[in-house]
Amino acid sequence: MDNIAGQKSGLTIVTHLATLALVILWVVPTLGLLITSLRDQDAISQTGWWEALQGSPQNYVVTIPADDQVQDGDLWRIETNVFDIDGLPSDIVERATVAGFGTSRLRGANTEPGETAEGSRDLTVTVEADGALVATSPEQFEDALVLPMSLVAPPQVTLENYAEVLTDMNAEERATARERGQSLDDMLFSDEALFGPFINTMTVAIPATIIPIVIAAFAAYALAWMDFPGRGLLIAIVVGLLVVPLQLAFVPLTIIHGWLGIGKSFLGIWLAHTGFGLPLAVYLLRNYMVGLPRDIIENAKVDGATDFEIFTKIVLPLSFPALASFAIFQFLWTWNDLLVASVFLPSDTESTVMTRFVVTNLLGSRGGEWHILAAAAFVMIAVPLLVFFAMQKYLVRGLLAGSVK
Amino acid sequence: MFDSTIVSGILTIIIGVGGMLAYFWLSNLVLDKVIFPPKGKNIGRNINRANAVRPWLFTFPAIFALGLYLVVPVFYSIWLSVTSGVAQDGWYRNYEQIFLNQTFRVSLLNNLLWVLVVPAASTFFGLIAAQLTDRLSWGNIAKSLIFMPMAISFVGASLIWSFVYHPDMDIGVINAIRGLFGAEDGVTLIDGQVIDSFLLMVVLIWIQTGFAMVILSAALRGVPEDTVEAAIIDGANPFQVFFRIKVPQIRGTIMVVWTTITILVLKVYDIVAAMGNQYRNLEILPTQMMQYFDAGNYGFATAISVVIMILVLPVMFWNIRQARAEMR
Repeated sequence: MDNIAGQKSGLTIVTHLATLALVILWVVPTLGLLITSLRDQDAISQTGWWEALQGSPQNYVVTIPADDQVQDGDLWRIETNVFDIDGLPSDIVERATVAGFGTSRLRGANTEPGETAEGSRDLTVTVEADGALVATSPEQFEDALVLPMSLVAPPQVTLENYAEVLTDMNAEERATARERGQSLDDMLFSDEALFGPFINTMTVAIPATIIPIVIAAFAAYALAWMDFPGRGLLIAIVVGLLVVPLQLAFVPLTIIHGWLGIGKSFLGIWLAHTGFGLPLAVYLLRNYMVGLPRDIIENAKVDGATDFEIFTKIVLPLSFPALASFAIFQFLWTWNDLLVASVFLPSDTESTVMTRFVVTNLLGSRGGEWHILAAAAFVMIAVPLLVFFAMQKYLVRGLLAGSVK
Repeated sequence: MFDSTIVSGILTIIIGVGGMLAYFWLSNLVLDKVIFPPKGKNIGRNINRANAVRPWLFTFPAIFALGLYLVVPVFYSIWLSVTSGVAQDGWYRNYEQIFLNQTFRVSLLNNLLWVLVVPAASTFFGLIAAQLTDRLSWGNIAKSLIFMPMAISFVGASLIWSFVYHPDMDIGVINAIRGLFGAEDGVTLIDGQVIDSFLLMVVLIWIQTGFAMVILSAALRGVPEDTVEAAIIDGANPFQVFFRIKVPQIRGTIMVVWTTITILVLKVYDIVAAMGNQYRNLEILPTQMMQYFDAGNYGFATAISVVIMILVLPVMFWNIRQARAEMR
């Protein structure tokens, strides 16, 4: 509409900016947690994730031994490299540069690298960014020099948090476990590890997606193309059931599952997800199938095809977009579910799903450990996000088929 | 253990899915070849009878599952709510007791707040996002990013937002922003005040805006171009075009979006369970219901679920009427 008179180009800029602001507002929360999940545990508590790219300066006190001093004219001189000194963590020594230094612990690392700091009794110290240190003094050094030093390590991407949350062991514990002869299987399936719940989530979500789709497809075909008494009423019931709150079903089904001997089990939760997902599935698929061209179906009938053949050979292939969109929906819904799993699955780690594991095990006891929580969140949402970005087209199509006429 | 879990999982999937396919295939085969074979002297009658039975073969599993998992429970829950627990002294006693409970009344109020705020805010932001991205060169990318939270679980989203709300200024973005404006200390944003419910609602609004946007932007595309052009020729500014010309024409779709989100809000449980479970002030009906359910108090649990059902009823009738109108 840009070419229509009266449209101001100023408004276009505002539109761009407003959209950008909205997108940032929507993306930042997830982005923050993603960056956090890839950061070192110490870094998370020291600086915000928004500073992750800058690297975080950390303060150390470095003790420079006076053993190797040489006399140089009137002055005594120590030449060494800060990173050669014992006592610094090894990963810092390998990657860091000097961000600042000083001569007094009281004043801290207040001098820029490359400049010269002066201390008491005409002591001068120069430290380069790469750690090269020169200290001079008119008197002989008697004690070791104790210097505050601010070291900055470049930001480091680590998958350690993911390894820790999946096995419930940090790097050291994994090393000891390996020495004790534990296999990867043992570690992944330990009681507090997230890997077991991850597999359980899959075991819940895949059948709970396929089963209702098959049942619903047959029913939707019957409701769309077969003539039988009570069809209109059945459709109305399906539409009505779309909005029945799940909560209503919990107490009765606990009792009914008890009678049937299903109890709390994977079978029970598949059936529950099937029942709860069916109204939407039948509704979406029927709406889609009813829109298929009448000619094709009637021609096939004239040619002697049975409804079963028409359904499997003609309608099912033509309905692929609707089937795909419902499949995505149901998969996202069953994967992300917490409520149904809390009711129909036992709470032990052997059969619990990720959402429940995170709420009961991680949020309570490890509420402050963001390196664990962030990684857990991303293990939990990685698969749905992949499905979402790969199949977005079908998801949107399904939404529109169900909601806009 | 790893192998056995995977193998048993795959095996169960094959049995479950295979069994279901076998049902449809075999039942139709038996119908056509054995019971009513389309041959012999009764060929015409047989074909008609087979065609009369077949719809029920097709719909039986769906009817059975819907009946067992949704229809029966509705009536069974109502029955339990007036017969079990304290209702043995009078059918209304469960309801009386829950309404006398202070926490229940708080959760009812909270639920009403959720139902008022979340659908309105999601639809509003969705509408704005739909209009903004409508003719933008990078509109589709923007849409994808705003739509993305739809894929994230409520628990995942709760974690994401707890992180945003974190009291530490070096962890939580909101406190960091307060720091930019001179605040010295981080504040705990969620500490059990009723007003904190709004912070939890933000999570659901964040998730649902994308949904509203996608549907409303399709509806906006369907607005006839000539009505818009006529308004512009008459001198309407872009805001007037949007609010006076476009929005009234998609009112039906706005209602659909609004209702869908309302239903979702009444079902939501996860966000409060994940973010506010230690605060009684933040409870909503589903969390109350689950507490009684977990405690084995089926009388109170079913009574609350019936209350939720009653709250949904108007939407249900509206839905059915809408669907019937469309079918005509």
